Amino acid sequence: MSTGLSTMFKFCSVAAAALLVGWSATAQQAPFGIGHKITDAQIAPWNIDIRGDDGAGLPPGRGTVAAGEKLYVQQCASCHGEFGEGNGRWPELMGGRGTLTHDDPRKTIGSYWPWAPTVFDYVRRTMPFAAPQSLSDDETYSIVAYLLHLNDLLPADASLDAKALAAVRMPNRDGFIVGDPRPDVRAVPCMKDCKKGEIEILSDLAKSLGVTPNQRPKD
Amino acid sequence: MKAGRRTFFKRGLAAGGVAALATQHPKMLAAQGGLDGKPLEVPDWTKMLGPGVTAEPYGVPSEFEKNVVRRNVPWLTVSEQASVSFTPLQDLDGIITPSGLCFERHHGGTPTIDPEQHRLVIHGLVRQPLVFTMADLVRFPSVSRICFVECPANGGMEWRGAQMAGLQFSHGMVHCCEWTGVKLSTLLDEVGLVPQAKWLLAEGADAAAMTRSLPIDKALDDVIVAYSQNGERIRPEQGYPLRLVVPGWEGNVHIKWLRRIKLGERPWQHREETSKYTDLMADGKARQFTFVQEANSVITAPCPEKPLKDKGFYEIRGLAWSGHGKVARVDVSVDGGRNWQSAALQEPILSKCLTRFRLPWRWEGGPAFLQSRVIDETGYVQPTIAELRKARGVNSVYHKNSIHTWRVNVDGTLDNVQIL
Repeated sequence: MSTGLSTMFKFCSVAAAALLVGWSATAQQAPFGIGHKITDAQIAPWNIDIRGDDGAGLPPGRGTVAAGEKLYVQQCASCHGEFGEGNGRWPELMGGRGTLTHDDPRKTIGSYWPWAPTVFDYVRRTMPFAAPQSLSDDETYSIVAYLLHLNDLLPADASLDAKALAAVRMPNRDGFIVGDPRPDVRAVPCMKDCKKGEIEILSDLAKSLGVTPNQRPKD
Repeated sequence: MKAGRRTFFKRGLAAGGVAALATQHPKMLAAQGGLDGKPLEVPDWTKMLGPGVTAEPYGVPSEFEKNVVRRNVPWLTVSEQASVSFTPLQDLDGIITPSGLCFERHHGGTPTIDPEQHRLVIHGLVRQPLVFTMADLVRFPSVSRICFVECPANGGMEWRGAQMAGLQFSHGMVHCCEWTGVKLSTLLDEVGLVPQAKWLLAEGADAAAMTRSLPIDKALDDVIVAYSQNGERIRPEQGYPLRLVVPGWEGNVHIKWLRRIKLGERPWQHREETSKYTDLMADGKARQFTFVQEANSVITAPCPEKPLKDKGFYEIRGLAWSGHGKVARVDVSVDGGRNWQSAALQEPILSKCLTRFRLPWRWEGGPAFLQSRVIDETGYVQPTIAELRKARGVNSVYHKNSIHTWRVNVDGTLDNVQIL
């Protein structure tokens, strides 16, 4: 009887160990078995992201400032201006260096963007605005080369490939604070007699500015 | 007391309500009667049959609610395809935003996506890359959660001063819905993370192929890959058929039309996390990856769109929320912040969710400055605009969550002002 029990315990603990091993092996497998395996080759048409800080994902190919200027005039200038100065309220793409502390900071590729490969990623995935993802990789390299040239970051006779693009040091590379420092304001919730004197109005132009649509909607 | 209230209603309606209705629906006015000593009339709609159950297979709001719509600010953006429309908070009650009134923000228009053809790929630093159909995703264990989604640029036009003459435009880049889907952690278990996977890139299938990087801790915490909104499939402009919901974090990371998630070692430094959605400080340095929407609140009634009609009783109503958790308390001031009273909070009070507050008030006809101040469960107190400017300057664009002021004028109209 006693032997029987001990055998049973032994058996149980072996079974439990087997179960544990089995469970941990399952954890390495897909828990639900839903979804379909897919290969890198199958993903390739969507796998377009480029990492900004080292250019990982940049495709083979090459472009030039000269070819980029021609493409830019055809495909980009109507919104962004002949020289990247922006057309109306469409974004400007050049200039603005030294303005980030001004009243009207101009955040352009040259003045604000910290990483050059990000320009390739963004142009290829979203531009031209009305026909995104229509540019070839060579065309994208050329347009990016021209944009960097407009920002005095490449000479007029330059060509650009993955290695050269990752090597471009953007002027505002060190302009970012990583890590959220908030809460950066610690207000105290006063309840009674929190202010003395008249209410001081700092800004009272909302109505007179007249920039609000449907300022008085019909009831 | 009862008689007083009745008198108030009578006066209120006589002063403004009926006049406004009369201009638009004279027939309706004639039918209702019951005011100014006249007998009640039996209106037409009581004397004829209305449409039957097949008239509106998908119900729409009453024709008398046509004014309750999203609106945009044409001068704010150059293209309607890369723009924003605002939630009409002035017309809404409770905490759930009707799906069709949720503010829209997209950068390449709303794509038309056939759910049968939609795919979600998860790859990169995973043991087994997988592709999912919508039918696959719906099979996984599901979760539902009510939470707000707020664009970090909500209020961002007002860092330098009051600019928008209405609540819809000063605060309308927030909505709150019930989202249903599969937890992202469930899907990440399915592909199997490798230890080096510390960040992910989420990408949309729209014409902007919108991308944002998210740290893995948040991805494994409470992020939902959602396919339903307020009980039905997500509206096209909100990400149909699939979007991320990242509770408490800035709206831009809730990637809509989600098609791909790639696991990696560090953030991708894409355009929307460098050139945009970074907060420029006065010293010219910019904060990056400031994901959380800190606590915010606003009075929704009265407001410029809903002026006071007459002296007497009003309920001050508003919304408060925090990306860090639950709303703990809301204080309301009617004298520009000299004195405050704590408002009543309406249940349910949910984490990272809009919370409705209310305070009874009697307007005596004089000028007043209405403010609300939220304190969340972490003890964070909503700051004043002066405090926020002192800490960050005026060029941040994003994450302006300061105490908002409505000035009540003696004629009952309200203005958006900023006060010290």
